[in-house]
Amino acid sequence: MISLSLSNVIELSFNSLSYAALLFLLASGLSLIFGVMRIVNLAHAAIFLFAGYIALEFYNIIDGTTSIMPRLMQLIAWGIVYFAWTGLSRISTEARACISLLLAYVVLEILSTLLFGVRLYEYLFPTIAVKSVQKINFFMLSAAIAAAVVMVALGGMFIERFFLRRFGQDTLAQVLVTIGFAFILQDGSLYTWGGDNFIFEKPWPLNASTVIGGISFPQYRAFMIIVAVVVAIVLFFGIERTRLGAIMRATVDDPEMARGVGINTNIVSMSIFAIGALLAAIGGVVGGAFFGVYPGVDFEILPYAFAVVFIGGLGSFAGAVVGSIVVGFMENFGTALFPELSYFALVAPMAIILAVKPTGLFGKG
Amino acid sequence: MKNRWFAFLAAAGLAFAISAGTAQAAKEVRIGFIAPMTGIFAQIGKDMSNGFKMYLEQNNYKMGPLKVKFILEDSTGKPAVNVRKAIKLIRRDKVHMFIGGLLASTGYALAPVADRNKVPYISPVPAADDLTQRKIPKYFVRVGFTSSQNSHPLADYAYDQGYRKIVTIGADYAFGYETIGGFQRQFEARGGKIIKKIWPKLGTKDFGPYLPQIPKDADAVMTLMVGPMSLAFPKQFRAAGFKNPMLGGVTSADEFILPAMGDEALGYVTAAQYSAALDTPKNKAFVKEYNKRYGKMASYYSETDYTAAQWIHLAYKKIGWDTSNPLKFLKALRSIRIDAVRGPLYIDAYGNVVQNSYIRKVQRVSGDRLGLGVKPDSLWNMVIKTYPAVSQFYKWSPEEFLKQPVYSKKFPGCKYCQ
Repeated sequence: MISLSLSNVIELSFNSLSYAALLFLLASGLSLIFGVMRIVNLAHAAIFLFAGYIALEFYNIIDGTTSIMPRLMQLIAWGIVYFAWTGLSRISTEARACISLLLAYVVLEILSTLLFGVRLYEYLFPTIAVKSVQKINFFMLSAAIAAAVVMVALGGMFIERFFLRRFGQDTLAQVLVTIGFAFILQDGSLYTWGGDNFIFEKPWPLNASTVIGGISFPQYRAFMIIVAVVVAIVLFFGIERTRLGAIMRATVDDPEMARGVGINTNIVSMSIFAIGALLAAIGGVVGGAFFGVYPGVDFEILPYAFAVVFIGGLGSFAGAVVGSIVVGFMENFGTALFPELSYFALVAPMAIILAVKPTGLFGKG
Repeated sequence: MKNRWFAFLAAAGLAFAISAGTAQAAKEVRIGFIAPMTGIFAQIGKDMSNGFKMYLEQNNYKMGPLKVKFILEDSTGKPAVNVRKAIKLIRRDKVHMFIGGLLASTGYALAPVADRNKVPYISPVPAADDLTQRKIPKYFVRVGFTSSQNSHPLADYAYDQGYRKIVTIGADYAFGYETIGGFQRQFEARGGKIIKKIWPKLGTKDFGPYLPQIPKDADAVMTLMVGPMSLAFPKQFRAAGFKNPMLGGVTSADEFILPAMGDEALGYVTAAQYSAALDTPKNKAFVKEYNKRYGKMASYYSETDYTAAQWIHLAYKKIGWDTSNPLKFLKALRSIRIDAVRGPLYIDAYGNVVQNSYIRKVQRVSGDRLGLGVKPDSLWNMVIKTYPAVSQFYKWSPEEFLKQPVYSKKFPGCKYCQ
């Protein structure tokens, strides 16, 4: 047990808030997807990691260290695959189209390797050499966030449309599919970008700190808090105060009725999954400059995101806000005060809250 | 149909068995190598195996008249898998020795396997002190380093810089305790004071809970970070407004992560048995060649495995390429002195390597000053002082050193903590 001075408490509280902000970016998406679609998305943290890598590659392309050519070739290769698949599935069933496409690929791969020494999979799944970029400006950071968000949202729509939708409300299948994607994204990043550890430089003015009354406040931590607050406000008003939000809530509360009044619930589900992934992506890019992008960070941070949603209540927006603040403070003060018991300091209050109110602080039902 | 497949498989199996049999008849040395090839440590595993393979490739997989059969096994970074793979290498591949392992816990797990099966285990990376101090296995030689080996001279260096009050912050596990413990013992023996010891959890991402505890008036901070923590700590430390000089253990700023670091690392002083910036013809040739083959900066992981291969080669040469007696081989390994990439090396009576300890300072080198064809303005661990022939016991006699318990979270205790 260590005694804390007033300045220590202020500094720790500021650090707790900034950590809570990062957790909120991660947990709000998880909570949204669960609240609306009843899907426990175990791939959520892997998406967070993936977004960090996309931002890293983006910086490298702008910097000129990596060429964009492999990505363009990949786009063309997958375009061909897509057209072949749609063509085949029109004349036969989807399953047969898949199998024949796979067989055709194997034959082509062998032929091209033997005849031309060209390996097709290197075009479908290129490996990209990336390096840590030292000079990043504010424009690059915003553009990287935008790029990662777009890519990841598209990926999220793909996962929902082609995989999750097939399983409806089968929880076990959902868990298996999402954990499967977690591993695919994890190993896919390892394959594509290699296993070196990276961290982004922060753009000016986020790389400095402000000293007030002898206590220094790192500006990047303040930036994380601002991003989280902006995201929270947009989310809150988007869900509670707009027509789109009303459609979303209607889809959640009574999907059949919603379909009855002419809402396309399929598109709504897909968009919600995409928004959830997008939130993780913002977290991934913002977190990438704070604690780095490296294999394994996803499964390290996932338990914290779950702690947030369990404490706050699954699916509740207010729960995600309060939950991340609770976890942020418990993690920081618990670790500072009882370094030996830091995991206990986080999990024990969670257990108590769940024992008293099993649905979490703001959970429904 | 099914039967035919079985027959085919059986025939194929038989063919393999026969070819394996004939291969054994030729004079060959089989070397098993265990490193993480998948999972979160995959890149470190590649650096390790690349270093070893580079030596073998340069010698066309031959050690004198012996043909080298190199068998690489993926450990996924878990001690239990390491043990399983070691047993597979011993029973199925009948290896003459096995090499590898990454974490200290892996070293402790693999050493008994070596003793039980009477197959030598050579450890280039696992650094747990006690493997060559209080619990010495018979079939074990360490060609890497002990955790505290570089900390003792670093403490001397720190004291000579005029630092008197130092705060330590080290990852909360054995490698951290031993590195920080060694530093504290020597620093306080000289008359310095460790005024605070902070132990962040292994894998800490946000140092927010720990940074406010660091007194701003400390003369320096001594860190032991591993993996991604090494990248995050200096950034968050400097961003929080700390100006104190940073000292560190081997992994705090080694070449594995240095290319990913930025200006925050400038002036970071760390101690290690190797630096890629070492200004010797041997090292320059090594770094250049490694960079050409793998497109990467050589790290201590690659150097120590390259040297392990060289060491094995020289040991076999000494005993006339005799692969039949593991104890004879181990004796040869322990008795030779080699002139390695990182400097002159030999093994002490306890099975650990005695080597130079380099005090290195992170500096930005403009242009291609080292002539290695690396991008200008990269960060390098420039060697600013060399402590020659540092043993794991430093200035103490082994008997005196071993009277104390192994360094831990509780030992040495913090006498001057506020």
